[in-house]
Amino acid sequence: MDFSFTEEHEMVRKMVREFAEREIAPTIKEHDRNQTFDETLLPKMAEQGLLGICIPVKYGGAGMDYISLGIACEELERVDTSARVILSVHVALNSLALLQWGTEEQKQKYLVPQALGERIATFGLTEPNAGSDVASIQTTARRDGDSYILNGEKMWISLADVADNFLIFAYTDKSKRHRGMSAFIVEREFPGVETGTIHGKMGVRAGNTGYISLQDVRVPAENLLGQEGEGFKIAMSALDNGRYTVAWGAVGLIRACLEASVRYANERYTFGVPIGQHQLVQQMIAKMAQRLDAGQLLCLKAGWMKNQGLRNTRETSMAKWYCCDAAFESASDAVQIHGAYGYSDEYDVERYLRNSKGAVIYEGSREIHTILQAQYALGYRQDKPLRCELPAYDQEEWEAEE
Amino acid sequence: MHAIVCIKSVPDTTEVRFDPETNTLIRDEVESIINPFDTYAIEEALRLKEAHGGKVTVLSMGPPKAEKELKEAIAMGCDEAVLLSAREFAGADTWATSYTLAQAIQKVGDYDIILCGKQAMDGDTGQVGPGIANQLGLPQLTYVFKIREIDFTERVIEVERLLEEGREVVRSRLPAVLTVVKDINQPRYPTFRGIRRARRMQIPVWAPADLEGADPRYFGLSGSPTKVVKIFTPPKREGKVEMIEGETPEEIADILSDKLIESKVI
Ligand SMILES: Cc1cc2nc3c(=O)[nH]c(=O)nc-3n(C[C@H](O)[C@H](O)[C@H](O)COP(=O)(O)OP(=O)(O)OC[C@H]3O[C@@H](n4cnc5c(N)ncnc54)[C@H](O)[C@@H]3O)c2cc1C
Repeated sequence: MDFSFTEEHEMVRKMVREFAEREIAPTIKEHDRNQTFDETLLPKMAEQGLLGICIPVKYGGAGMDYISLGIACEELERVDTSARVILSVHVALNSLALLQWGTEEQKQKYLVPQALGERIATFGLTEPNAGSDVASIQTTARRDGDSYILNGEKMWISLADVADNFLIFAYTDKSKRHRGMSAFIVEREFPGVETGTIHGKMGVRAGNTGYISLQDVRVPAENLLGQEGEGFKIAMSALDNGRYTVAWGAVGLIRACLEASVRYANERYTFGVPIGQHQLVQQMIAKMAQRLDAGQLLCLKAGWMKNQGLRNTRETSMAKWYCCDAAFESASDAVQIHGAYGYSDEYDVERYLRNSKGAVIYEGSREIHTILQAQYALGYRQDKPLRCELPAYDQEEWEAEE
Repeated sequence: MHAIVCIKSVPDTTEVRFDPETNTLIRDEVESIINPFDTYAIEEALRLKEAHGGKVTVLSMGPPKAEKELKEAIAMGCDEAVLLSAREFAGADTWATSYTLAQAIQKVGDYDIILCGKQAMDGDTGQVGPGIANQLGLPQLTYVFKIREIDFTERVIEVERLLEEGREVVRSRLPAVLTVVKDINQPRYPTFRGIRRARRMQIPVWAPADLEGADPRYFGLSGSPTKVVKIFTPPKREGKVEMIEGETPEEIADILSDKLIESKVI
């Protein structure tokens, strides 16, 4: 048993922290206020290798492990949620799904440019009428010769207006319910694809979120990811990776709340003492520290399981559920500690609070994870092995050039 | 081209806490970092490598854990690293440090340029760079703000120095020792490839026995002519605030400039 980060993990943390503080922090308030997505960020993240952080070198990635992916998410969200979301959808939900389920041709054609950051990718599952209830999506894919014809509307999709490649879930056979769902790699350039941005979000306002409309989009049959009917399993396995990054990000948000609160509690005086001396303020700070440690341990365990190639659906759900609730509560307390100043955008904590709420909803709402955990605990739910599992991290293989 | 960069591991002062009782820095558990000024020296060396080919060697004298800072330099793109670490080296002042580093530089050998930060953040003397130049009998170009021209075949360099009075352009032969200021560049981030390389790398650690020809009497505390008699926190400077009043901004500005001239500030 070893709880220490490796020297390499420490270097990754330091690098991403510096990157986030230098490249994101100076302009984040402005982008958040104006609801603008910083167009310069993706090329910078690409150059730094972040967009392929845990993808093997031979597929254009940086060859790091799944814990490095987590650390990067933590450090990005310590500055702003919108930056972490990029790794969640581009790396975890899309690229790792290609690594797990893709054919060699699909990996060469799509994973390599994504890992290099030449093409940006996202994940289109949610629809106007289907969120938690994934099986009720309405998008369809009809076989037509060597292609499929896709029709439908995706909603609340991160990077919808920015991404080049979309992983789209659609029914190839609606009568089979979730066994009739399939996953497709769709390029923005395919005729019939249209996207738009949703404005007016409560949080993650510096992030791009939007819709994807698919009208008679002809997708070559070789762009079917996995087999026909495997779409639901692919979506759920992708969520095991997406949720993992959301959980780590939430840890970063808790860290940001704790840092801001400690700073303020030492600066602000009431009744002749710094407010940090008041026990009720101490309680809020102690709880943040508790959530930070507990959350990080849950994330580390899930990451260790991923590195080992062990199925981690339960553990990842637990980490995501706990950390996102914990981040929301920490952000709420951070605002409380800052008093009226925390209620204004002069300080960052109000942004933390608005950002933290989203993660209690997306990638499995709080309620969905509660149900999942109850089902595991009661023995109602068991995970069966998948035809393709996320490959265990093998340092030698990940670093090999060929 | 072969550049040697001397770096120092220093406590991260953004993390340092102050003990209000004793008025001293709490150094335990404080993370160490590459002396920030040295990161500009590393960056400049890496840019020279990119422009002219060759390699960059980083060198540090310090405790065994200074290996971490050398690995960070490797992660940024430096090719080789050497750590000078031994009990005999401990307690060195700037003279003994310069001597030891110069001996190590000679052992590394075959260099075209040596780069240092303008000063260390903790010691703040700015003497080690010039000290190395002196020990090696090389020209020293301090407070370099810009390398205007460098030619490794003609073996000449022309730099701009950032001085209090302004900028100075100096030409020199190579090899030379440069100390750089922070305006010279923006240091790059480490890369993942570099981090992976750093992990695999075994950094050689040199002790006195590895520095053949060096005089062991000049190492460490016993080789240091400087004797620190006492360290103290200077008393707080008392200042007083005076509000200047007047009818118009011009009038206020006049009164202010008179006062500044009177007190010889301008
Ligand atoms: C900022 C942001 C980014 C997003 N990015 C993406 C993306 O990139 N890709 C993507 O596909 N989706 C994305 N989403 C969508 C997100 O995954 C969905 O919002 C989420 O799955 C919840 O679905 P819903 O909003 O339709 O809520 P609903 O499913 O309609 O749920 C409404 C409420 O009912 C509760 N509820 C639902 N079912 C149950 C139940 N069985 N028991 C108890 N309570 C229940 C829910 O917890 C919730 O409180 C994003 C959302 C946001 C806000």
